[in-house]
Amino acid sequence: MSETVVSRGTVTIDTERCKGCELCITACRPGVLSMSEAVNATGYRFPLLSPGCTACRACRDVCPDYCFEVFRFDTPVSEQA
Amino acid sequence: MAPGLLQGSDAVARSAIAAGCSFFAGYPMLPFTDLLEAMARRMPSAGGVCMNAESEIEAVNMVLGAGAAGARAATGSCGQGIALMQEAIAEAALNEVPFVVFNMARGQQDYFQATRGGGWGDYRTLCLAPKDVAEAVEHTQLLFHLADQYRAPVTMYGDYLISHTYMSVSVEPIDFGPLPPKDWALDGSLGGTGKSRQIWTWAMGKADAPGPGPDLHWQRIAGKFDQMAGAEQRWESFSCDDADTVIVSFGTAAPFIEQVVSELRDEGVRAGCFRPITLWPFPESALADAARHASRVLVFEVNAGQMIDDVRLSIGGRIPVVPVGRVSIDFSGMRQGEILTIGWIRDRVRDLLAEGAIA
Amino acid sequence: MTTAPVSPGRKVADALAPLQISGEHHLCPGCGHPVAWRLMLEAISELGLERRAIGVVGHGCYTNIVSLADIDFLQCLHGRAPAVATGVKRVRPETAVFTIQGDGDVASEGLAEVLHAAARGERITTIMLNNGVFGDTGGQMTAASVVGQRTKTSLDGRDPGDHGYPVPVAELVAALPGAVYVARGAVNNAGSIAKTKRYIKRAFELSAGGEGFTFVEVLTMCPTGWFLPTADGPDYIAETFEKTFPIGALKGS
Repeated sequence: MSETVVSRGTVTIDTERCKGCELCITACRPGVLSMSEAVNATGYRFPLLSPGCTACRACRDVCPDYCFEVFRFDTPVSEQA
Repeated sequence: MAPGLLQGSDAVARSAIAAGCSFFAGYPMLPFTDLLEAMARRMPSAGGVCMNAESEIEAVNMVLGAGAAGARAATGSCGQGIALMQEAIAEAALNEVPFVVFNMARGQQDYFQATRGGGWGDYRTLCLAPKDVAEAVEHTQLLFHLADQYRAPVTMYGDYLISHTYMSVSVEPIDFGPLPPKDWALDGSLGGTGKSRQIWTWAMGKADAPGPGPDLHWQRIAGKFDQMAGAEQRWESFSCDDADTVIVSFGTAAPFIEQVVSELRDEGVRAGCFRPITLWPFPESALADAARHASRVLVFEVNAGQMIDDVRLSIGGRIPVVPVGRVSIDFSGMRQGEILTIGWIRDRVRDLLAEGAIA
Repeated sequence: MTTAPVSPGRKVADALAPLQISGEHHLCPGCGHPVAWRLMLEAISELGLERRAIGVVGHGCYTNIVSLADIDFLQCLHGRAPAVATGVKRVRPETAVFTIQGDGDVASEGLAEVLHAAARGERITTIMLNNGVFGDTGGQMTAASVVGQRTKTSLDGRDPGDHGYPVPVAELVAALPGAVYVARGAVNNAGSIAKTKRYIKRAFELSAGGEGFTFVEVLTMCPTGWFLPTADGPDYIAETFEKTFPIGALKGS
């Protein structure tokens, strides 16, 4: 069974600069970030974005490694969960 | 200004202002206090700032900040307070911030501090030791010039006799020649342009324009001090050409020795006197040359024997080097200790000459 | 790097702060200092102070901002930044001078300097990044380490009988008339980050405007120094650190 989720925004993530601190996971208000299984070149896991971003910027605000750019959609987008 | 009878501290203050000093910070301690007070009186009307800092550490760090922002800045104290300033003097030598430090010392016991420094790292501190107020006036302005020329902290070895003696002097601005602009000085104006400035002992630079890093930076600075050592030695000597005995002294002790040597000459004794004006760089070859016909060198200093190390290095073991002075706090203005008079010095020298002054 | 969005969208937040040259640094995962850096740079940019700002930076992991930000910087001796900043500001009163220092730099080594600068009402801002340890030297106790905190030099936890009590620098500064604005913030969650940015911006605005000395203490995470997993850093601030160092505006508005 597939769900659709409305995303009001999205982020780009510098997965190579990420040091795997996971502060963004806790900070994300809609809870759409989760840590990867894969690791980057430095050996850290990094966040992956699921649908449902609200462009609240909390991830970008808490990230100590400046990994996030945040975008807000002009029209919310329905995505498959 | 026409010559006037000025107290040494006041003359030095006027001279600093004539050199363009616009920031002074200090903490009271005799015999430096009069210089701080003179600056407190004169700076505001000269458009500058004089801060009565809450400690010597704060004073020298304020001065470092002012110097980093491009101002001609100075501080001072006596030996104990200069001791507190050592970290910052070393820091400025290694991040190339110019300023002047006036050690109005309590006598001559701070020679090691002045020439060996008590800070950290590989650095040297140029030090001028005036013999009287008139020379102190000239040295004050020369120090600001040399500080800017070499981008380094520099010091004056003054004392109570410099600070408190009245002398008829004229204080005029002295032109020592052109200097490069201080485009390294921090003023905030290049923020956001990609060319913002940085003053950092580690010289790491910016992420997109890395600096040399501490090793290369400090190697270059060591080279700068070598260059200074070669170019900035200053000294004065009298009747050394045929002297059998050369007496070395520095600062305000020197006029006493000049008097003693003059009296000995009148009696037919072949004596000469040599005075390093720069304590660092010490004029080694000039001293060796002055003593080339001598069979002994006497060292008069008002301490337990500090400059004598540099004299021995200069003479290289060729002839005996004998201490003539002793510890005395008399030159401090503290009204403690036995007064060292010309008579005492003359008798001491005569005793040594009679003994053959064997070390 | 993940890719840019395919739907029409506006960028509402950049990764790097204004005036920031690079996001690459060697600070630990989960460190709070880089968040504080961003707030300072945003404040400088939003207040239009780029061409006036001079940062005087003490010794700590945070010193790396000197390489990462495109403004004039003077890196100075441990504890002495408020005195150095005084000299800068007095000879260049038109500049916006601020210090960035850690709790070791301010509360331990430099307590005299910050209190005297505040007492004199110097028109500068001191930002004290408080993580309760000397992080750069490996995590020793500072004058701001809290009771019970384990550090390399208080391995059984800070014990008042042996080590005394932490020094609340913001409260001391606020007691001095020369200090016109004093606040304590934190960077452990988005809400506190937003408040702390307002504190920093207000502090810069007032000192650059010539009103007097301003001070913002910012509680930052140091999971390495705290012997904690990185994800637990924010909770340590909320549940332990803030009990000793309450956040809020202490003086002025």
